[in-house]
Amino acid sequence: MIKEKRQILIFALFALIILLVPLFLKGSYFLNVLVFIGINTLLAVALNLLLGYAGQISLGHAAFFGLGAYVSGILTTRFPVDPWLALLIAAMCAAALAFVIGFPILKLKGHYLAMATLGFGIIMYIFFNETVDWTGGPSGLSGIPNLRLGPLIFDNDRNNYYLIWMITLGVMLLSINLSQSRIGRALRAINDSEVAARVMGVNAHILKVQIFTVSAFISAIAGSLYAYTMTFISPTSFGFNFSVELLTMVIIGGLGSIYGSFLGAAILTMLPEFLRVFRDFDIVIYGLMLILITMFMPTGLIGGLETLFKIIIGKIKGSTARNA
Amino acid sequence: MLRVEGITQIFGGLTALENVSFSVAPRSITGIIGPNGAGKTTLFNIVTGLYTQTHGKVYLGEKNISFFEPEVLARLGLVRTFQNVELFGQMSVLENVMVGLHTKSKSGIFSCALKLPGQIKEEKMVREKARNWLEFTGLTDLADVAACNLPFGKGRLLEISRAMAVEPQIILMDEPAAGLNSRETAVLAELIRKIQDLGMTIVLVEHDMELVMDVCESIIVLNLGKKLAHGTPREIQENPAVIAAYLGED
Ligand SMILES: Nc1ncnc2c1ncn2[C@@H]1O[C@H](COP(=O)(O)OP(=O)(O)O)[C@@H](O)[C@H]1O
Ligand SMILES: [Mg+2]
Repeated sequence: MIKEKRQILIFALFALIILLVPLFLKGSYFLNVLVFIGINTLLAVALNLLLGYAGQISLGHAAFFGLGAYVSGILTTRFPVDPWLALLIAAMCAAALAFVIGFPILKLKGHYLAMATLGFGIIMYIFFNETVDWTGGPSGLSGIPNLRLGPLIFDNDRNNYYLIWMITLGVMLLSINLSQSRIGRALRAINDSEVAARVMGVNAHILKVQIFTVSAFISAIAGSLYAYTMTFISPTSFGFNFSVELLTMVIIGGLGSIYGSFLGAAILTMLPEFLRVFRDFDIVIYGLMLILITMFMPTGLIGGLETLFKIIIGKIKGSTARNA
Repeated sequence: MLRVEGITQIFGGLTALENVSFSVAPRSITGIIGPNGAGKTTLFNIVTGLYTQTHGKVYLGEKNISFFEPEVLARLGLVRTFQNVELFGQMSVLENVMVGLHTKSKSGIFSCALKLPGQIKEEKMVREKARNWLEFTGLTDLADVAACNLPFGKGRLLEISRAMAVEPQIILMDEPAAGLNSRETAVLAELIRKIQDLGMTIVLVEHDMELVMDVCESIIVLNLGKKLAHGTPREIQENPAVIAAYLGED
């Protein structure tokens, strides 16, 4: 119970900081980076539900992100569909697709699942590139409208920041709730020992399909928000490289930790800004980070920070005890 | 209660079980003994739906459960523990038992994410029941410890607590005393009787002869995949074939 209260407090603090940050940022450039950190956090949290909670890998998550972006983009540019409705339809499409392909592929384990999701990602990427009449192919799709809410138009960084972060914070809170519940425990149980979970009555396969579907739904929402923010999309944003980037965010942040996903997303979004020299080698850097973190910090940066925090607290307590 | 009929299991060229049949009376404690590699764990894997047998049938009461999935069997009241302790290592002791209560609750993914009132109530019930099972097995003090940090003997008790949380009709235990010292084994024997007193049926694979002879009402002997004998502890101890094939080996 005390733990639960502390969790609410931490989340409230986190949300408060996020919502106050724009007040201290005059220049719009960094706010723009924070908008993309918001989108990437949403994606990392979605992948974390699958990878960190249930322990099931996906090397093709960029495809759901792309599907969300393209369905919204196409519906709003080629048809007179309201952007909000398009966002909902896009998320439903991604969820339906995830449900259909999830049934067979989530029977696979380990490497086989990695290969199947990789294949899925590649097929979708080819699809975005080749269906030129719909997607615009490699030259992309432009003229996507901004979202509106009454008199509010989400065409500047400040408005986009609040829109995207409200949604991201909401999804973070729901994910935290989920982890402390019957379903969250069942997912973590599957991650630790699928056989034991099943013997306890957990329908592992159905649950994996469910969380895969939810994860795709959230990723597609992120995709739609991305399309409305950029007003232009092209396939390169949704390829294998980005799937690896998402995986890196989740793993370096910390598997199963929602704040870790934020940390991972923040670092990987800002990294290219700081390391412009490495521009074309970013995937090499991600690979290196993955190797180093899995070797030396298996619980991710969040886990590392927690350990550090505990050591410091311990030291402080130790010294006050000695002084007393 | 539980009946297996003509179970045969062939792995590639190896016949792990050959035409094994027996039945287990309700509320009894039945021991299954036999040297390593006799096929005891394989038999449990078949009964609990983890392996698909080559031939043969399994009945729970009157129900043919031959090809049921483990998660379905849990709902029908059949659970097990594992020879190589299979805990949810990253979760706390209490949470492990709460997973055992999965079939006793039904909140879906959305009511869990949204913390709907029904889910909060259910969560409270689950937590309370889980605490009761920890009290039953004497693990209350360790409720918040991560399962991977438990001493081995406590881990075995946690597996039993988790299985009990399913409120099964029948519980299969695969070598629950392996790796326990004599004091822990005595506690285990006491616990097994307490479980029987709750009206449950117990099937016990075990190498600790003292424990088996002490708690079991009926014993099945497996050797090289075949059933060698089935009888009371006394009958088994006096059975010449058993003595020759099994007890003589030690
Ligand atoms: N999944 C499997 N694949 C192949 N052989 C197996 C498998 N499981 C068990 N066996 C074999 O079946 C035989 C019986 O094993 P097991 O049931 O574990 O014996 P026990 O539990 O009585 O010690 C052994 O020879 C073992 O190697
Ligand atoms: Mg065995």
